[in-house]
Amino acid sequence: MSTPRSRLRPRDTVRVAFSGLRARPLRAVLSALGIAVGIAAMVAVVGISASSREQVNQQLDALGTNLLTVAPSQSFVSTAQLPAASVDMVARLDDVESVSAVGIVPDAAVYRSDEIDPNQTNAIAVSAARTDLLDTVSATVASGRWLDDVLSAFPVVVLGSDTAELLGISRTEGDVQVWLGGEWFTVAGVLDPVPLAPELDTSALIGWPAAESLLGFDGAPTTVYQRVAEGAIDEVRTLLPATVDPAAPEEVAVSRPSDALAAQAATDETLTTLLLALGGVALLVGGIGVANTMVIAVLERRSEVGLRRALGATRAHIRRQFLGESVLLAALGGGGGALLGGAATAAFASSRDWPFALPVWVLAGAAGATIVVGALAGAYPAARAARMPPTAALSAV
Amino acid sequence: MSVTTAEPVIRLRGVHRRYPGRPPVRALDGVSLSVAPGELVAIVGPSGSGKSTLLNILGTLDRADAGEVRIDGRDVGALSDKQLSALRAHRIGFVFQQFFLSPGVSALDNVADGLLYTGLSLRERRRRAARTLARVGLADRVRHRPNELSGGQRQRVAVARALVGRPSFLLADEPTGALDSASGAAVLKLLHELHDGGTTVIVITHDHGVAAELPRQVHILDGRIESDETLELV
Ligand SMILES: Nc1ncnc2c1ncn2[C@@H]1O[C@H](COP(=O)(O)OP(=O)(O)O)[C@@H](O)[C@H]1O
Ligand SMILES: [Mg+2]
Repeated sequence: MSTPRSRLRPRDTVRVAFSGLRARPLRAVLSALGIAVGIAAMVAVVGISASSREQVNQQLDALGTNLLTVAPSQSFVSTAQLPAASVDMVARLDDVESVSAVGIVPDAAVYRSDEIDPNQTNAIAVSAARTDLLDTVSATVASGRWLDDVLSAFPVVVLGSDTAELLGISRTEGDVQVWLGGEWFTVAGVLDPVPLAPELDTSALIGWPAAESLLGFDGAPTTVYQRVAEGAIDEVRTLLPATVDPAAPEEVAVSRPSDALAAQAATDETLTTLLLALGGVALLVGGIGVANTMVIAVLERRSEVGLRRALGATRAHIRRQFLGESVLLAALGGGGGALLGGAATAAFASSRDWPFALPVWVLAGAAGATIVVGALAGAYPAARAARMPPTAALSAV
Repeated sequence: MSVTTAEPVIRLRGVHRRYPGRPPVRALDGVSLSVAPGELVAIVGPSGSGKSTLLNILGTLDRADAGEVRIDGRDVGALSDKQLSALRAHRIGFVFQQFFLSPGVSALDNVADGLLYTGLSLRERRRRAARTLARVGLADRVRHRPNELSGGQRQRVAVARALVGRPSFLLADEPTGALDSASGAAVLKLLHELHDGGTTVIVITHDHGVAAELPRQVHILDGRIESDETLELV
């Protein structure tokens, strides 16, 4: 009669591996902790940067990426201006959907009152603004109102968000005035921060006609904003300098503010890499911890190995048991770590009002890394257990 | 029943086993032994006489340096490690002095583990385990864990685990060694009952009192068989 082979079902392999961990739950949890920390760090780092990117993407979706800005290239010359005809010239280009502009009023400053020493300068720029500025740069009014054609002719000002804060102004009911270029201007409104044109945040914006009639503004813009048809951005970009200033196109700089926003989100890449590396180190240390636990487990359980061999386990069964135990241990840590990292991402994102984003590849990667670490950590102890002669295993009591 | 006509379960011829050292230890020095199906045999000898070494070889946990070992008619020396594992899974039931039960596991699952490496489903393993526990008189202790059982009951669980796979023979190493005399007697009585039911049982012991109760006694000393007596009990 022939003897059938020894056989351990895959399901029983998992069961046996699991029962090994369950016998010492505290030790299992403690040795899985290192891996949990490593995986949590990596998941959180990737999750937080993905959430931040998602936030920028959503912002860009809302703001649009088709805004181009034209300004004099020698920005260090404070008086640098663009030709007065710039706006009309740009508006004539085929693919330009809308144009607006601001012009800094030279030598005009703004103060809370006329009693403040004019030599005490601040960083606030007084600019003449066209009434279509708000739509073109996707700016919104936080309180009060924006300049219209009527208001633009009067000493009325709308403050950028930083300007309002600097001057300590929060009310816009029409009775608040500021001392601007030697005249009293009534505050009509305050803007929200303008992500695509942050220079407006530190500006005090007045009507174009008022600037000309009250402050002697010469009507030359310092920045021209234009929305361009999505497919023609590069083309318009190359046309703009010569369009704005045919005489000196090299003195005109064109930029795309959405690029700067996207770049801002990308600047934390080095930090992300560093934190990922740290997470990797934690994972490695965790793996060593698991290996150590497994080596001890094999030594402690010599008689169990002997018994299993006596019950008919092959060397491969013993190896699989300990390998499975090691992978399960690592998976325990990996699963806990992924939950922890996901929770940290969610908490961080919600604290910043970001959307929650956790790419699936991170979770797949965490699972893969966990299995690899568990298998590597368990390989040597498992091989050692499998090599133990069954007699030595049984007599070692 | 006639011992000589049946194909032996175990046949050793001129088996040697030596452990390296200075001088080397001849733990088994030309042992020849035959056990027929249905026998109840005591292998008895003082400490250091080579009993455990012989048990390891009978149980295919260890290999002889020289000589022939046949288990169920198979030449063990010609079998691979894997084939030996298969032999143990299906044909040999071990009972150890220290029981070796899994602590946090019920009697039922401890016994079911005797079938773990046969590839049977957990359900089937448990079904057979329940039946075998009843056979050793522990039908009412199925859910108990080892720490909730007396020493004698634990050893009966271990016997059930050895028995559950319907092996060709039971190999019991000092099965009463860790028990008080009453529990030890109960375990011996169980082995007798199994023998009466046709199971082949080999008991290894240093205790002459235990050996005296078994029908056949093989005395071993310094790795050699000194005497092999079959008592014609009336
Ligand atoms: N692994 C081993 N290495 C070296 N010597 C051993 C080993 N196992 C047993 N021996 C020696 O072999 C002899 C027989 O031992 P053993 O079979 O354990 O006898 P018993 O079980 O009858 O006490 C003893 O002298 C013992 O010291
Ligand atoms: Mg011994």
